[in-house]
Amino acid sequence: MLHGSQGCATYIRRYLISHFREPVDIASSNFSEETTIFGGNRNFNTGIDNIIRQYHPAVIAIASTCLSETIGEDVQRLINEYKTIHAGEKDLPAMIYASTPSYSGTHYDGFHEAVCAAVKSLAYAGDKTGKHINLFGNFISPEDIRHLKEITGDFGIDTVLFPDYSQTLDSVSWDAYRRIPEGGTSIAGLKRSASAMLSVELGYILNSGGRNGAVGENNQSESAGEYLQKQFDVPCRKTGLPVGVNETDRFFDLLSSVSGKAVPEKYREQRGRLIDLYIDGHKYVSCKRAVIYGEEDLVVALAAFAAETGIRPVLCASGGESGKLKDTLRNVLGDLYPPDIIVGQGMSFERMESLMTELKPDLMIGNSKGYYIARKMDIPLVRTGFPIHDRIGAAHARILGYEGAILLFEQIVNTILEDKQRKSPVGYKYM
Amino acid sequence: MTAFLQERKNQILTKGKDSFELEGGKPSIAGSVSQRACVFCGSRVVLYPIADALHLVHGPIGCAAYTWDIRGAMSSGPELHRSSFSTDLREKHVIFGGEKQLYRALHELTDKYRPEAAFVYSTCIVGVIGDDVRSVCKRVAAEKNIPVIPVMAEGFQGTKKDGYKIACDAMASLIGTDDSKEVSPQSINILGDFNLAGELWILAGYYKRIGVQILASITGDGRVKDVRNAHRASLNVVQCSGSMIHLAKTMKEKYGIPFIKVSYFGIEDMSDALYEVAKFFGDETMMNKTREVVKDELSRLLPALEPYKKALQGKIAAIYVGGAFKAISLVKALRLIGIKTMIAGTQTGNTEDYKLLKTICDDGCILVDDSNPIELSEFVKQTGANLFIGGVKERPIAYKLGIGFCDHNHERKLALAGYEGMLNFAREVYETVTSPVWKLKTTHSHLLATHVNSALR
Repeated sequence: MLHGSQGCATYIRRYLISHFREPVDIASSNFSEETTIFGGNRNFNTGIDNIIRQYHPAVIAIASTCLSETIGEDVQRLINEYKTIHAGEKDLPAMIYASTPSYSGTHYDGFHEAVCAAVKSLAYAGDKTGKHINLFGNFISPEDIRHLKEITGDFGIDTVLFPDYSQTLDSVSWDAYRRIPEGGTSIAGLKRSASAMLSVELGYILNSGGRNGAVGENNQSESAGEYLQKQFDVPCRKTGLPVGVNETDRFFDLLSSVSGKAVPEKYREQRGRLIDLYIDGHKYVSCKRAVIYGEEDLVVALAAFAAETGIRPVLCASGGESGKLKDTLRNVLGDLYPPDIIVGQGMSFERMESLMTELKPDLMIGNSKGYYIARKMDIPLVRTGFPIHDRIGAAHARILGYEGAILLFEQIVNTILEDKQRKSPVGYKYM
Repeated sequence: MTAFLQERKNQILTKGKDSFELEGGKPSIAGSVSQRACVFCGSRVVLYPIADALHLVHGPIGCAAYTWDIRGAMSSGPELHRSSFSTDLREKHVIFGGEKQLYRALHELTDKYRPEAAFVYSTCIVGVIGDDVRSVCKRVAAEKNIPVIPVMAEGFQGTKKDGYKIACDAMASLIGTDDSKEVSPQSINILGDFNLAGELWILAGYYKRIGVQILASITGDGRVKDVRNAHRASLNVVQCSGSMIHLAKTMKEKYGIPFIKVSYFGIEDMSDALYEVAKFFGDETMMNKTREVVKDELSRLLPALEPYKKALQGKIAAIYVGGAFKAISLVKALRLIGIKTMIAGTQTGNTEDYKLLKTICDDGCILVDDSNPIELSEFVKQTGANLFIGGVKERPIAYKLGIGFCDHNHERKLALAGYEGMLNFAREVYETVTSPVWKLKTTHSHLLATHVNSALR
């Protein structure tokens, strides 16, 4: 439930439905003018009551909005009061609260705030450390989530993967409407995240560093892994989103050392095929100048991948303002870091467009929102990330692991070839 | 129906079974997954198609991002409306105020884009932190010598419908501020067509053929200058009356311009829209031309519809759209191609609208106001609908349940208005309802493990 005006819930539903093409039921506490003046506690209680009556959930997640934050609603207090009023009632759902005003940070900060909030609410210290790990997979596609599960499964690692919307936001065709789709991380799983032997977080930046326009203490956010380390001594290892050979190698090495097992033959083969593919395609992409944009960790991963294939990232842009994008790119890309690259944080599309007019790049890699620039400049756009509103199959887009890189590389090369073919006066049948 | 919210019992009825009147216009209930948006959304969608105006959302980035180019409202010229500019309010502005940020943004954007006017949308937090948006607008208007119009559409100040009214007031402040356009004695304003998929151009073609000048189209393919001159038209022709009736009434009061309510969806309503205009001008030549246009269009359309009608006969439709007038037209248009409507609902209809909708629907049709996925999916199951007509938020309900879907909202890229729109509509309905994919859901059940061996033998 979103605690605020009706529009906040509806717009986000619409946005997510256009991307995932799945039902996304989000309730609103539906503030009126009166609620705004006198406070939202009545709406909050009615809202929770009505959700329970309609959906019978095991967990209710509540996020704040600009409006409820600005009038000073203390949502945690509202939750506690609700629980007190209903103490002793059977099947009272667990409640998770994430503070997510739009004026502080980006959607990416909100994502990690919610991940951390879920862990904070549910993680429960066990007697002793288990043999399982937590894997915080970041904001990736349902297909990539499935691939992460396949990989950890092949290593034989007992894994609590969170969040897991691989079924809930990519479900099968139904016979009857499911109020809450099947799948997802279990509550029991999140509970035992506190007794894991290790947390692995995919992404170097996550919600660390600065937040757009925050006032005062600017480094307060913590990630789920950091919280578990601080609170329950679960060690936390951050590695990049495994896109391309180098970053996937790092991820697999980590899993090898966690499991004590060598990388399974299946993945070594995939790696071999990927490199073979890079070689087959290298001349099509070599020295192509690319603009890469999206969430910061995605930009880092895509830039690392692009650079290792010979594509030159000339502009790496993100709306996020962690203050860490440039250094992270430099560290991850190492020798492949292009000296003349422009790294832009807190960047608007308008600013990106004006920079691109100077840079004259060959292609863009990012979400659908940049399409209008690609169109204006008549350059190809390789769609990846979020949101993808103008193609189907966003839920099945794969970029992670060696196999994901195979698909992404083919998508890029074929997009370039299609563009070249379309613009050529000769209708070549061989490219 | 156990999980339906009790408080909503007056917002759901079955025709022929329930004797009460459906209640519209109520605020959504906390905790329901309403398909409605907010006041800001209402204003934003109505004003957005004015193509040579600057649209600046004074608020956090979310409000602008989520409304960026969401409707395919086309323009024959400038496309400034397709940018969703934002003052990108941050925490510091929430604390210290955002007026300076607004002032700077307005200056920067008007210098860069030279718009004919600027609309400044006030969002939830602006209403709470108390920025004096009006005075900033006034100041910039004087400095830049263009109309800068505050649209005080804080999301919590009512429903989406209140947002329509606020948008109408914003336009009313522009109307009557210019007299430079040439006006024919037989001129109309078109209110409430947003030129989705170029629909306005289809209508404009018909009106041109009967000799009527469109002075201002409000707001599809809209221009500030046309709006400023709109007070000089002889007649306002209002579609989507939920959003525009307020403006039509204001103009009647202020300038004595009469209005008629029309719809452009379906053969009957489209033809009525032309005949009513011809009747208003009382011009025999125009009336004759109208008859010719209708005859000409129908002589082509009716035979073209026949195969669709044959294939679709007896199918059942569910309608859940924004306004009641669209729902009424859709019931009629569907009937024309052999489809019976068994669910008719809207986000913003009022009690009066629903009375009219009820008279048009068949017995057994479920009428619903401000519905949600749980109810809609249940109704689809109850009625055995084969087709759902709605917007993006309703699409997954239809698809998950395995029935056809037709987008009659923001994201459609196919013109559905006018005679050619009717043909497009029939074709789209046919293509989705008769698709072989629905059959795959039910035709195959996998062999259970115990049967595999015997099957192999």
